[in-house]
Amino acid sequence: MTNILIYIPLSLLVLFALFTVMIRNLLKAVISLAAASASLTIIMFMLNAPLAAVFELSVCAGLITVIFISVISLTKPLTPEEEILEVRKRINRYIYLPVIVIIVALLFLFIKPGLNFSINSSPTNDINVQDVIWNKRPLDILGQIIIILAGVLGVVILFKESKK
Amino acid sequence: MLVTCFTVVVLLYVIGFYYLVTTRNLIRILIALEVLTKGVTLTLILAGKMTGQIATTQSMVITLIIIEVVILAVAAGIIIGVVRHTGSLDVRKIFNKKE
Repeated sequence: MTNILIYIPLSLLVLFALFTVMIRNLLKAVISLAAASASLTIIMFMLNAPLAAVFELSVCAGLITVIFISVISLTKPLTPEEEILEVRKRINRYIYLPVIVIIVALLFLFIKPGLNFSINSSPTNDINVQDVIWNKRPLDILGQIIIILAGVLGVVILFKESKK
Repeated sequence: MLVTCFTVVVLLYVIGFYYLVTTRNLIRILIALEVLTKGVTLTLILAGKMTGQIATTQSMVITLIIIEVVILAVAAGIIIGVVRHTGSLDVRKIFNKKE
């Protein structure tokens, strides 16, 4: 049953990704990206990865959307003349993308160039996620802390007011 | 099912790279990187499903998401700074601007 149901979020993911790329309005593109993240979350739940799915939903569909909307509201929108020019350019630029996507999809689904995927071992032979994060990969936690601190420092430096 | 999942991964890479190459807007370049990251996340989860090590790949996905957010936050700050200085989001206008 899961095998059949997974095709719905998979197709939604591709559709929302295409919609993100092809739409002119930046805000709608960002909302479409969030919807793609939500579709990916459903796929992760179906593939038995609930913790990563929760992270994907809360961070990618939530926080990243908020950051994008903040950036869009803080930057200058296009003037009406620039917008008309942009529409013409976008049609010329992205008209080939759906065709390329359909060709690649058909190539992979029907011709399957050398693909022979199979699940080699049972998913139950793995220990739980908490054990992996805290015991098997503790250096990852250290790296994450360092990256977050570096990011905070970077944002602080970028938005620091210069003293004149 | 796995072939379909990997087809979706390849499609996400194609869409992301096409967008990254064709767009000139700084915010849209970040969106292209996000689309590519979605593909990478799905690849990792599928690799975990195939090898039976889904817990290990989940921890890697969490690390990937954290790196993604930090990069996005810093890039967003840089974009806001660039727009304040140059008044444009277009890469060509920014690099052709003469002081």
